[in-house]
Amino acid sequence: MTLTADTPSDSRPGTDERPVPSEANGARTDTHCPYCALQCGMSLTATAEVTPTVEVAPREFPANRGGLCQKGWTSASLLDSPARLTTPLVRIDGELRPVSWDEALDLVAARLTELQAEHGRDAVAVFGGGGLTNEKSYLLGKFARVALGTSQIDYNGRFCMSSAAAAGIRAFGVDRGMPFPMTDLTGADVIVLVGSNPAETMPPFLQHLQGAAAKGGLVVVDPRRTPTAEQADVHLAPAPGTDLALALGVLHATVAEGLLDEAYVAERTAGFDDMWRTVARYWPEHVERITGVSAADQRALARRLAGARNAYVLTARGAEQHATGVDTVSAWIDVALAHGLPGRRGSGYGCLTGQGNGQGGREHGQKADQLPGYRTLADPAAREHVARVWGVEPDSLPAPGRSAYELLDALGEAGGPKALLVFGSNVVVSAPRSQRVADRLGALDLLVAADVVLSETAAMADVVLPVTQWAEEDGTMTSLEGRVLLRRKAIDPPEGVRSDLDVLAGLAERLGQPAGRFPADAEEVFTELRAASAGGPADYAGVTYDRLRAGEALHWPVPEADHPGTPRLFLDGFAHSDGRARFVAVDHTGPAEPPDAEFPLQATTGRVLQHYQSGAQTRAVPELADVVPDAHIEVHPDTAARAGLAAGEVAVVESRRGAVTAPVRCVPSMRPDVVFVPFHFPGGQRANLITNPVLDPTSRMPEFKVCAARLVAARAAEQEAGEAL
Amino acid sequence: MTARRVVVVGYGMAGARLADEIRRRDPEGERVALTVVGAEPHAAYNRVLLSAVVAGTMQPGSVRLHDDGWAERNHVDLRLNVAARRIDRRNRTVELDDGTAVAYDSLVLATGSRPWVPPVDGLVGDDGELAEGALAFRNLDDCDRILDAAKVGAPVAVLGGGLLGLEAARGLAGRGNRVTVVHPAPYPMERQLDPGSGRVLARTLEGFGIDFRLGRGGAKYLPGDGLKLDDGSHVEADLLVVSTGVRAETGLAADAGLDVDRGVVVDDALRTSDGRIHALGDCCRHPAAPPGLVQPAWEQAGVLADLLTGADTASRYRGTSVVTRLKAKGMDVAALGDTAVTADTADDDTEVVCLDDPTRGRYAKLVVRDEKVAGAIVLGVPDAAATITQLYDRGVRVPEDRLALLLGRAMPSAAPAAASPADLPGSAIVCRCNSVSKAKIIEAYRGGASTVDEIAQRTRASTGCGSCRDAVCGIAEWLTSTD
Repeated sequence: MTLTADTPSDSRPGTDERPVPSEANGARTDTHCPYCALQCGMSLTATAEVTPTVEVAPREFPANRGGLCQKGWTSASLLDSPARLTTPLVRIDGELRPVSWDEALDLVAARLTELQAEHGRDAVAVFGGGGLTNEKSYLLGKFARVALGTSQIDYNGRFCMSSAAAAGIRAFGVDRGMPFPMTDLTGADVIVLVGSNPAETMPPFLQHLQGAAAKGGLVVVDPRRTPTAEQADVHLAPAPGTDLALALGVLHATVAEGLLDEAYVAERTAGFDDMWRTVARYWPEHVERITGVSAADQRALARRLAGARNAYVLTARGAEQHATGVDTVSAWIDVALAHGLPGRRGSGYGCLTGQGNGQGGREHGQKADQLPGYRTLADPAAREHVARVWGVEPDSLPAPGRSAYELLDALGEAGGPKALLVFGSNVVVSAPRSQRVADRLGALDLLVAADVVLSETAAMADVVLPVTQWAEEDGTMTSLEGRVLLRRKAIDPPEGVRSDLDVLAGLAERLGQPAGRFPADAEEVFTELRAASAGGPADYAGVTYDRLRAGEALHWPVPEADHPGTPRLFLDGFAHSDGRARFVAVDHTGPAEPPDAEFPLQATTGRVLQHYQSGAQTRAVPELADVVPDAHIEVHPDTAARAGLAAGEVAVVESRRGAVTAPVRCVPSMRPDVVFVPFHFPGGQRANLITNPVLDPTSRMPEFKVCAARLVAARAAEQEAGEAL
Repeated sequence: MTARRVVVVGYGMAGARLADEIRRRDPEGERVALTVVGAEPHAAYNRVLLSAVVAGTMQPGSVRLHDDGWAERNHVDLRLNVAARRIDRRNRTVELDDGTAVAYDSLVLATGSRPWVPPVDGLVGDDGELAEGALAFRNLDDCDRILDAAKVGAPVAVLGGGLLGLEAARGLAGRGNRVTVVHPAPYPMERQLDPGSGRVLARTLEGFGIDFRLGRGGAKYLPGDGLKLDDGSHVEADLLVVSTGVRAETGLAADAGLDVDRGVVVDDALRTSDGRIHALGDCCRHPAAPPGLVQPAWEQAGVLADLLTGADTASRYRGTSVVTRLKAKGMDVAALGDTAVTADTADDDTEVVCLDDPTRGRYAKLVVRDEKVAGAIVLGVPDAAATITQLYDRGVRVPEDRLALLLGRAMPSAAPAAASPADLPGSAIVCRCNSVSKAKIIEAYRGGASTVDEIAQRTRASTGCGSCRDAVCGIAEWLTSTD
């Protein structure tokens, strides 16, 4: 361990990080964790002689206050893992074989050119990731629109934060996951977490909830009694897909019991009357029948929020990953507005962004409808500005293209893309209805994957490009509170590995782009990103690597180099032209696929502490894989027993789209009508084999969190299959 | 294609909901040209919220279902303050009392119900209206009158101890009135409850200052004085709230020759005996729709909108499963399904589990058939009520532990924390963030790490969210003490 005691603890003005030792001082590099959006501060020390080559130590930083979870502690083990890719691979006679970088890039460029010549620009699609740095996200979007000229680009953030983003824009005029520094949470009396399980997904974050917990004000809304719910003072367990209705019940109780913050509603909001006419139909007893949450608990939550001096409502994927995800978030924002929370110091609404760069990744143009700086691709002024920065004609920029699942669903179909470039995503595991996605990938003429390990998606590719990891490159990330962070290079990458920026530069050049239009140096790309984002909602113009190196805490927007950043948005007004937040009238419709006689249970999916996203990285870390090597199926003991299953026996959860197979875990706190499957695992354990790809009309978010399902013993399922033959 | 002319008679909760549902399916009025006729001068309002108005937490304006611009925005020809006088089935027109007539292709009756008033001397005046100081708690005007008349501390009598009567009684008691409920049955809400739960309910309400005169009826109403009961006793009251049930408003239908039997008779397509005339809500009678509740009306509105707009011509109304919930502050009552059966009367296929705790205001009865909830009464156990209701609505099999279900603990939390580190199994995870078990901590201790910080250095326990630090500390102390 290198928790050095000799580090001076002085803090320079505007900084809250410990000073960085100079290069000459040793090989310690202060940086951030490669995984989730909390971006815990950590230090890396190169130890060239022993394995691992880098030692991880937690670092004092506001987000994690010196804490790290097991994923962070063990993150370095992937740097020199045997699973690591260190040479480009090309599929020859059905097998992936090592080739040189020139061979691989020449081949890709030639095939892309051919396919576009034959089928048009949109024959090539690009799929990005919310784990990519700002620089990579930005350059990937530019690459698609300028070098490829394709409209077909989207990314896996569509599967994560898109519903909260759309709802945030609707209510406040701008989307920044947390429009306040997360350390503000410490002062709250009440925090309501809706569909969020940080005890497993971002454990050090729990420290920010301790203030509310100490006052008995931590409320968790989750169909499962998660480790986070276990720590809550109040756990409300609505049926999957009914979080929206629960919010309406709480709103109803707020108004009917005279708890509405009328002064705030009058001065700072618009749309209350419309909203109320819908909510008036959702009195708590009615909502109780929909959600299973007692009317008494709904009223108690309304009273708790009304009685708090400082309170927050925070949503995460549990609320958002529905075909009604945007409306669900809107309903909870309405609750926050009814209690006068947003735009008030010490209170507010926030979204707990999930992926490492889930915030920055949704701002700089790898999204189907978006240009850098959180600009809209359909906006002529935005096109004009960005085209000027890129040195191209505004008309040359393509129109908005397909959203993530629609893009994957169209691959290889008539009129759909023939080639796909995947950066930082493992769609075979992470996209809904994964058998369909695998089939579509298989129908492509060309699949190219850039990854650090041979993920399940890379394993299907025609060309695999080995890329650098976080410790081997510079780059910026924007954390869940909208703070821009510098991740620093600590060690050189293994020979044969290139950064994603390098890959894009090499491909762009081969596609005939002028030299220098696609720089491979991160800081150079960032300088360009600043110009492209200038004047947009997410304005990075005043953020520089030097300011970040000096440890400045910069939350966007930062329009000028001497601007101190904006830790708290909305204190003076919301980003709509009249400065008011919007109540949005939303109605409960329920899950797209309700349970029925054939599929009587509801399946929901989620995470375990030891794994991240599709598990491509964490499953290759032995310490993590030792603790949780496999998926499991979590059900109430009665539900297991009635399917003829004992704990530990292998079960199958079937839906209309497929089946996932894993051992049963009996959990007495589960609702008897619900089955839970974690989604980090490949092959027959893919939770997404059963999920429903029906999309939210606004965010295009698939309904990951609920589908109709049934539980059978694996032996029974086999027998049935045998009889069917 | 010309739009179908649909005329809705009645602009209460059912009529308003039907209009909303039709416009949800046909927003621009391309398929349905909609006329709504309402006898009251103001917009439809949400009757469910009236108790909040009486309780004083909501303004009367907040209970409106539609704003002033609603009709125009939604292409609805809204006729307020006009009553339908006659249906001309042959010419397919409705004659209104302003002398006009409206032609229809489909007519919908949503005329609702009116209070039924028991035969009590002096209660009804010569004009057929309730006498001075007596009112039915049915509409906004009643709310105004209650708020005007019921001064704080004034005595109020409620005639009728059913659901609505009790809600009114609880609201008035909450405003500081002295309330007496007069009810002819031996316990309140006898249609939904059994004797045991009825006793617990009355006892709980008595705790809120409500008096009960059970097994008694009103004999004579004396305005400004009170109510004389049929046993000769007298109940002092400045105000009398009559809540003795409702009767479907069927006059228009009966005059038109439609089949009426305690309500306008409808089939699963909500058709009356004339296929061009439909009915929904309180005024209709469908064999599987319980009377007097809003839920059936809403479900019927969805079906009827499907049929009238052609959105789903196969849509049918099959009935509503009722869950009765008393909405009264400090009271949590749920009753559903078959509640009359007891352990003594149950047959071999029926399981009855019952808990009776009158001192603490709790009562819970569960009736199970074929492993599913067939009926339940739950008082004072809100979590159980919510869970049982969902099991009933969804037809989910009942958990094996029935008693836990009745206690609201069907889905308990994880195992309680061990009292002492010694009791913890070695495999127990102490630090979740870093997957550190008690055994690993012991191993680190044996290896020389004796303080929490040393244990943390070696095992990473407590270096995540930090919440297990006390537990690690406890194990370290226990290990030191056992050395």
